[in-house]
Formats: sequence, C-alpha cells, structure tokens
Amino acid sequence: MESSELFNISTFAYILAMIAYIGYLAFKNKGIGIAATSITVMGFIAQTSAILVRWSESYTQWMHFSPDSSFLLGIARSAPLRNLYESLVFFVWSLIIVYLIIEFAYKNRSLGAFVTPVAGLALAFIEMQGMSKDIAPLVPALQSNWLIAHVLISFFGYGAFAVSYSTANIHLIIASTEKKAASYLFWSFTFSLFIWTLLLMTARTLFMPDLQPAQISSFWFWTMLAYPALLFITWRFGLSLQKPLSFFSLSADMLDEITYKSIAVGFPLLTLGIITGAIWADSAWGTYWSWDPKETWSLITWFVYALYLHSRLMRGWRGKKTAVLSLIGFISVIFTYLGVNLLLSGLHAYGSG
Amino acid sequence: MTSKNKKGLSIVMRAWSFFSSVTLAIVLIAVLALSSIVGTVIEQNAIKARNIQVISTFVGESMAPAAYRLLDALGFMDMYHSWWFLLLLCLLSLNLLVCSFDRLPRIWKLITDPIIPLKENVIRNLSIKREASVTATPEDVSKVVEDVIKAKGFLPNINKEEGGSLQVYGHKGAYSRLGVYVVHASILIIFLGAIIGVIWGFKGGLNLTEGSSSDVAYQYGTGKPIPLGFTIKCSWYETEFYGGSDMPKLFKSELSIHENGKEVLKKWIRVNDPLTYKGITFYQSSFGFNPNPTNSWFVFKVTAPGVTEELVWARKNQTFQIPGTQHSATVLDFSPALATDRQTGQLFTYAESMNNPAVKIQYATEKGVKVGWIWKRYPETGKLDEGISLEFMHYWGSQYTGLQVRKDPGVWLVYLGCILMSLALYVAFFMSHRKIWILVQAAPDNGTSTNILIGASAHKNKHSFQRDVDKMLSSIVTRLGGKD
Ligand code: HEM
Repeated sequence: MESSELFNISTFAYILAMIAYIGYLAFKNKGIGIAATSITVMGFIAQTSAILVRWSESYTQWMHFSPDSSFLLGIARSAPLRNLYESLVFFVWSLIIVYLIIEFAYKNRSLGAFVTPVAGLALAFIEMQGMSKDIAPLVPALQSNWLIAHVLISFFGYGAFAVSYSTANIHLIIASTEKKAASYLFWSFTFSLFIWTLLLMTARTLFMPDLQPAQISSFWFWTMLAYPALLFITWRFGLSLQKPLSFFSLSADMLDEITYKSIAVGFPLLTLGIITGAIWADSAWGTYWSWDPKETWSLITWFVYALYLHSRLMRGWRGKKTAVLSLIGFISVIFTYLGVNLLLSGLHAYGSG
Repeated sequence: MTSKNKKGLSIVMRAWSFFSSVTLAIVLIAVLALSSIVGTVIEQNAIKARNIQVISTFVGESMAPAAYRLLDALGFMDMYHSWWFLLLLCLLSLNLLVCSFDRLPRIWKLITDPIIPLKENVIRNLSIKREASVTATPEDVSKVVEDVIKAKGFLPNINKEEGGSLQVYGHKGAYSRLGVYVVHASILIIFLGAIIGVIWGFKGGLNLTEGSSSDVAYQYGTGKPIPLGFTIKCSWYETEFYGGSDMPKLFKSELSIHENGKEVLKKWIRVNDPLTYKGITFYQSSFGFNPNPTNSWFVFKVTAPGVTEELVWARKNQTFQIPGTQHSATVLDFSPALATDRQTGQLFTYAESMNNPAVKIQYATEKGVKVGWIWKRYPETGKLDEGISLEFMHYWGSQYTGLQVRKDPGVWLVYLGCILMSLALYVAFFMSHRKIWILVQAAPDNGTSTNILIGASAHKNKHSFQRDVDKMLSSIVTRLGGKD
C-alpha cells in the first residue's frame, strides 16, 4: 500500500477514536471504551507502517543519489524526521505511544478523550497548512546524526508534555468549582482555544479543501471572530463537564501525579533535545547557541517547566496553580514548534522550515 | 562584638536568606522567560528599518520610530547581551550558589547519617507499611529477609531486640539526593564555559579563493584581523547537486594547514564536518563565485585512444593540445549556470553561482573547426569525436569558500555541563533515597508463626518504591511457603 493511503487510514482512525473516547466518557459503556482503544491501536499500526513505507521510499531516493553510502548511513539520512510534515507525523506517533503506555499502566481510558483530539489536531493541521508531503533530498546542513537524535528526543518529550497538558486540563476541570476562579477562567480559555482550532481545521479540510495560501490568513481572521463565542460557551457550560468526569476514578491527586510524572519524563528529554540541537548547530556552524527564535523559545519552554518543577517544591502550590503552569508549558511547546515557523518567520526575514 | 559588626552581619544574613529562597528562583526564571519572548519578536542585531517594520505591526506606523528608540535605549535590539539580561543571569547564578550552599549541609547529613533501627510504633507510622505472617522461626525469616533486600541492592543491618525479635534494616540511593545539586552545578558550569569562550575565544570569518591562503581570520562585527598562528589554504571548493537539479547536496572544501612552509594537515571539510587545528576550528559556512577571477584554470578530463582519464588545465582563450591526438581546443566562453530557453531555444545564464557551469569550446582538427558548449552536469556534451571526449570538471580559481573560524576554549566545559546535567536529571527524577526497616517477631499467640512488619520511606517516587516493597514482601512470603 502507498504510504499516503496508510496515513489517511491512521488519521481517520484517530478521529474515529476521538469520537469513541468521548462517547465512552459520556455513556460510560465499557464496550465503547474497548472499541476506542482498538481503533487507536489500529490507527497506530497503520501509522507505523506508513512511516516505515515512507522511510523505505526515502531510503531508495537517498541511495539513488549517493550509491556509495553504507546501509546505516542511508537509513540515518532517510529517517522521516526531515521537515515540518514528517515531524508532525512523528509527534502524533510518539503521543499515541506514550498515551497507550499510560492507558495500560494506569488501566484508565478517560484520558483518551483528551489525547486523541491533540493527535487529530496535529494531523488536521497538516491538511490545513497544505504542507508539502514530497520526499525532498536533504540539504547539506541537515545531513547530521545529531539532528536525528535531536528531533527524535524532542518529539518524545513533546509527546510526554502533551499528556501532561491533558491531565492538567482535566485536573482543572475537576478541581475548579467556581466560575469566577482564575483557574476556571484559565482552563476555559485554553480548552476553548483548543476546541476552536480543532473545529476550524476540520471545517477547513472538509468544506474548503482548495484554499490558496494567500486566502488562509483571511480565513483565520474571520474565524477568529467566532472564538469569543466558543469561549463564552465553554465558560458558561464548562462546569457540566465535571459530571461525566466524576464517574471515572480520577482523583485530583492522581491527575497531579500523572502530570508531574509526564513532566518528569518530558523535562529531561527536552533538556537532551536542546543539548543535541546545540551540538548539531556547533558542528554545522560553530555556534552552540545563537539565540535564534527557535532556540530561545525552546529555552523559554524549558524555563516554564523549570518553574513548574520548582513551584511544586513550595508549600501551597500543589494542585491548581501548578496545573496552570503545566498548561502554559504546553502552550509554549506548541509555540516553539509551530508559532516560531508560522508567526515569527512571517515577521522576520528568514524562511520557514 | 560591636553593634556595627552586628549590623554588617545582619546585612550579610539578610542577603543570604534573600538569595537562598526558591521564591527568588521562581521570580528570576519567570522574568528571564518573559523577557526572552521580546527578544524573539524583535529581530536581534538587525538593521534599523527592519525592526521599525516589525514594531509597526504592533503599535502602528506613526508610533514605531518612538517605540524603536525606547526599546533601543533599553537594549532590546541586542538584548541577550544587554547589561540587564546579563545581570539577570548573574543573579540566577548567585541564587543557585547560595541556595545550594544553604541546603547542602543538611542534605549531606541526611546522606551520611547512618541508618538506625526504629521502635515498632515509629515503623508503623512510616509512609509505606506492610504486614504479613509466616510459619517459620524468626531466625529463618530474617535470613530470607536479608537475602531478599540484599538482592534489591540494600546493605542489610541486623539488630537483635528483646523478646527474641529481630530487625533487619538498610537503605540505598542516599547519594541520589545530590542529583538536583549536580543539575544546578551543571548550569553554573555551562555559564562558566560560555564566559570563558567569550573572553578567550573569538568568532570570525574568512573567504578563501581556490589556491589562496591566509594566516588571519576576520572577527565578526569589527572585521579586525586575528592572527591564526599558522597558514590555512584552500585548494578546491565544490558544490555537489542532487542529480540534474539545482538542489545542493554537498558543500565541500579541501583545506590544508601550513606551518614554517610545510604542510602539516589536509582535510576535505563539509557542513557538519569541520577541521580543527590548535584549538581553532574551520566550518564550511558559505561560498561564492567571482565572475572575473585573476588566476583561474579550466580543468578537463580527457579520454582519447590510448589515453585514460588525463587531467588537462587550460586558461581562457589559450589553445591546448588534446593528449593522444593531433587535435586542439580553446575555451572561448564560460557561464556559471547555462540553460536553454524552452520557447526560443536561446542559451542564457540563469544564476550567478556555479549551479550548472558550462564552457564554450572551439575544437580544431585537420577536418575543420567546431564550436559548442560543454556542460559539467552532462558529461555526454563533451563528446567531440569518435573515442575522444573532453569532460568539463571544474573552473578552478573562480570560487571562494566561506569559512566560519572559531576558537572557543570554554566549549568543553559547556559539553561537560551538558553531560552532567543529563545524567543528574535522570538521577533527580528517577532515583531516590530509599530506607526500609523490617521487624521480625514471633507471633504472641502461638509458637510456630512469625509476624513480619515492614516500614519504608523514599524521599521521592514513593509509588514505585511501594511496588518494590510489595514485590519484596511477596518473594519473602513465597520463599517461606507461608500465608499472607
Ligand atoms: C535560580 C536558581 C535556582 C534555585 C535557587 C533552585 C533551587 C532549587 C531547589 C532548592 C530545589 C529542591 C532541591 C531538593 O529537593 O532538595 C530545586 C530542584 C530542582 N531544580 Fe532548581 N533552582 C534554580 C534553578 C534551576 C534551573 C534553572 C533549573 C533548570 C531547569 C533547575 C532544575 C531543577 C530540578 C530539575 C529540580 C528537581 C525538581 C523536582 O525534583 O521535582 N533549577 N531547585
């Protein structure tokens, strides 16, 4: 099968799984839960195969241009982690595997309703941006093993952070009983932002597949106006989410612990990601740190999670306040990853990657 | 002690307690994070007009120049080197140092204090607690208990208590308490490495045309020449492309180092594979083409009957003999990137760098004179006659390689700090100081069974230690064949 067909199958499976997990949350039916997990696993298998097929296609291409490469070098240079499209696919892949591990370890499916939308969001985003899916040969700066280590490690880290985002969000939903509380306002803000983006992208892919790049920004502008309405709805009816969630054995303590654990996994990975990135830059250009926006944003993200870790050490900060920090951390992850390419590069002169 | 001294002391004390707080760390890290954001929006070290344009997207055209002046005065145009950003980093370092020294003595005591047996009621109050009862004598049980905790990495101690009961206890991973301190120390080591690099290192550039050499590099920013202490020479620069496309595959230069007129080192460098000599590293960073070079040669590979792949070097407009033949050739013209217009069929030069170089050759034989273009990318265009071909290899001396030249005596400290930080983060998050006390007592009601009471604690990751304690207990019970 073609890799693009397999990718479509996995995208479809994750969106279906998202619906099933939400259905599971709403109806608390074990059968639906098992179906949701099975669909996710199938999507994961399809996606893994798609990645492998793509890898072998790029391997063939690399060996065509550099026939004297060794097998290992060919494998390394053709690893599908080379542009925004491939890295997003890999992000979704690592998110799903981290999630499946947690689902089996904690024997709890309720997180799925919050994790699969992140996967759906990322995949929809690919369609939204009309990103190039061509297998292009590697430019010289990208021909580095450090780069592969850098991307791999960073994305496992992002996967772990995405999980902490989901648990922190549920934590805030469960723990905020006051509509006027800052934590309630904060989660309605991030949550509605999240749902809004998801809706937009789905709408965009389903109804307006032929939008030109030039029209995309005006599409964004007009739909921006719809966001306040969604925010209001989330804020007004958000409390009713507590009810379905209360049927699962999700205590605030347990969510706090999973959030912490995911960050305890993500933080060392982010650190290693930054370090390997610095080593790569050093070997390519002779500067391990040049304060370029991407580097600086990864440092900002690192700072935010350091804030999270230290704030937990202080009395009285466990719970909602730290959960808010972990949400800010994930917003910063997203910005490091996408915002720098999409927003700052529009502002600055250098091209997008 | 005089009152003046006391006052002095109290200022030091107050400064100490100010700098030893985690709250200050949180404030500093938050301020660093927030201010760094500004530096990613404003383009650093850019020309004025560009940032005025960036600023005007936020505050409008009319306000932009004033906003620029304000931000410029505050150092935001080169903010990561501004005095206040460096001050923040210094405060962070001081905070880290003081905070660590403030806590280390206590932590050290926790690490080195020997573990002692506990009273039963204290064991019962520990955060992890398990009980079981087995049919065996206390001595047999304690042997098994010792074995099992030893297998888990604890060094068991035994205390005989009154009434014939025994207490087996031990701890492990005490030094993991130092993990976060090593994380913090590694941040300071990285800073130190960076500072050493700034003070004793330099960063510069050097453009070397093929065939030329230099014993200085030029510092970035100032353009000041910096002596290298040796001579560096470039003998070849080349860009390779993917197949027939203009997509670069490889930038490479052949460099050599000369000292006292002797060549001491030679290497092909490419992006991601620099050359280092005496602490100075040369990176492939750019390249360029000079359309009117002073010392340049066209290089051809000749195949002719009886001649296998001989290289011929020729100047422009200079007729040369083709080896193994009576024929001659002359280079009439050159284009760095020659293409044919699809519609008109006209030839034109489409780029100013050497993407697709071609030479116009006049080929003279006894039968007459032919003129045509030979492309480097298409060796078949060099076929002149039956069995005779002239492959265009290179236009030597027309390109320069752009080298980044760096000396950074602090980089090894930076890497050492990075390695330490990675290891220490692992220790800090996934290891913990674990203590266990196991009280083995004959059951009071009958003489054949023995009660086991386990109390345990961990300074971190309590849940995973809990699982370990459960495993240890179940292996103790199964080995004694008893009931839970
Ligand atoms: C201004 C400077 C800082 C101070 C005063 C400070 C202080 C502290 C203290 C007191 C602890 C608790 C140690 C313990 O549990 O015994 C800690 C933990 C930690 N610090 Fe810092 N810190 C600072 C900066 C940083 C930075 C920049 C990072 C890097 C990201 C960092 C990473 C950590 C980590 C990973 C932990 C362990 C957290 C955990 O176990 O959850 N620290 N820090």
